[in-house]
Amino acid sequence: MNAEKSPGSRIAKHAVLGDMPVQKELTIYFEGKPLKALEGEPIMAALVAAGVTVFRYTKKGSPRRMFCGIGRCTDCVMTVDGVPGVRTCVTEVREGMRVERQQGVGNWNIQAEADHA
Amino acid sequence: MRNDGKPAVVVGAGPAGLCAAIELKKAGAPVVLMDENAKPGGQLFKQIHKFFGSREHKAGIRGFDIGKELLAESLRLGIDVRLKTEVVGIESGLKVWAVEDRSKSYTLDAGKLILATGATENALSFPGWTLPGVMTAGCAQTLINVHRVLPGKKVLMVGSGNVGVIVAYQLMQAGARVAAVIEALPRLGGYGVHTAKVRRAGVAFHCSTTILRAEGKEGVEKAVIAKIDEKFRPIPGTEQILDVDTICLAVGLTPSIELSCLAGCRQIYVPELGGNMPAHDDYMRSSNESVYVVGDIAGVEEASTAMEEGRLAGLHAAWAMGYMDDQTMKTRTNETRERLQALRQGVFGQKRFAAKERILAMRKDA
Repeated sequence: MNAEKSPGSRIAKHAVLGDMPVQKELTIYFEGKPLKALEGEPIMAALVAAGVTVFRYTKKGSPRRMFCGIGRCTDCVMTVDGVPGVRTCVTEVREGMRVERQQGVGNWNIQAEADHA
Repeated sequence: MRNDGKPAVVVGAGPAGLCAAIELKKAGAPVVLMDENAKPGGQLFKQIHKFFGSREHKAGIRGFDIGKELLAESLRLGIDVRLKTEVVGIESGLKVWAVEDRSKSYTLDAGKLILATGATENALSFPGWTLPGVMTAGCAQTLINVHRVLPGKKVLMVGSGNVGVIVAYQLMQAGARVAAVIEALPRLGGYGVHTAKVRRAGVAFHCSTTILRAEGKEGVEKAVIAKIDEKFRPIPGTEQILDVDTICLAVGLTPSIELSCLAGCRQIYVPELGGNMPAHDDYMRSSNESVYVVGDIAGVEEASTAMEEGRLAGLHAAWAMGYMDDQTMKTRTNETRERLQALRQGVFGQKRFAAKERILAMRKDA
């Protein structure tokens, strides 16, 4: 299975919830590549919508994505604007945000963090 | 006598915490409501099905509409709601340590503390359970109903309780195909109404069945299920391979008790309601009289009971802080208890009712 192209998409129409409300689009960068996100959504949602299936790799190289989706389990952590271990399921997207996969606990990129502070 | 202006601090802005804060504010007591999420409502907004119970329990109303009502009320009352605020510690003297937006740390002296921290979904370990594509049912529910993204196209649901069948149905509403719902017990666990809807849609249900493993390289590509005997041992030769990209786990919840442990609340073990949890009395007070526990942290039930428990604690805390007279507190808490009792009736409620009665008895023995 290709890690970047897999099932996953936005649910435009819904029998109970109605049509997807119009949200302002913004751009985040996943592994350096621009990706569309919607204002107010967590990073996890933008990545799932884009079909990203692997969010990080463990120290031993085993792939991980999200598990609980509400900030409890830390399975979905990634390096966000230079800070590793950020829970992508409870962290909202921001214009220009840089989201990267981390290996193990990742590395702290102090310069990148300062640039986006 | 009113206590020196210290506010009641409510942790968790889900159904229980919102109702507690609303009752406090309505009584005129100072209250601060904290939640780590960017939006209040807890898990109400992913519940797009209609609730059960009588009209006063919001029966027939969908979870997210109840959430909207509660939010509107808290806004109208002008409650001090602090979002993106994680409570990371509770020090002696009821000092609440909070971190705002992952950057600003401060402490707040609380007059009363109401913990409405909810519960965490259980994991189930089997070979391949860490693969991308394996997630809790609540995770899938959040993705489809709150964020409007579909995590996969072909799903295996593990667990036939209410969460399992409701989320299975909602996954279909969102456009996914549910390959099967499996259940380790010999009988199905969910409400008939929800189970029947899924069955009518043609989904296969397998009782006395477990998942042996998930297969795939960078994500789930297959699930292998098998029948189990009365001792829950897989029966060789009954394996079945399902072509799925997503495996949802709906295997129960455990109360999120961390803060109650930090606050020194005595913990008890109540397996029917999720395991270890803080003991509480019939006003939802823990063994620490200044600390209340409401909603799933005090035993996993439903949003409807969580709201009533929140009200119960909010009313009592308002009285204890000097913002409500004895008679009003007694009348209103009695009314609230009656509604709670009504919610714990019937085949499904009876077990929870008995467990809650046991908790109250344990509290008295302590």
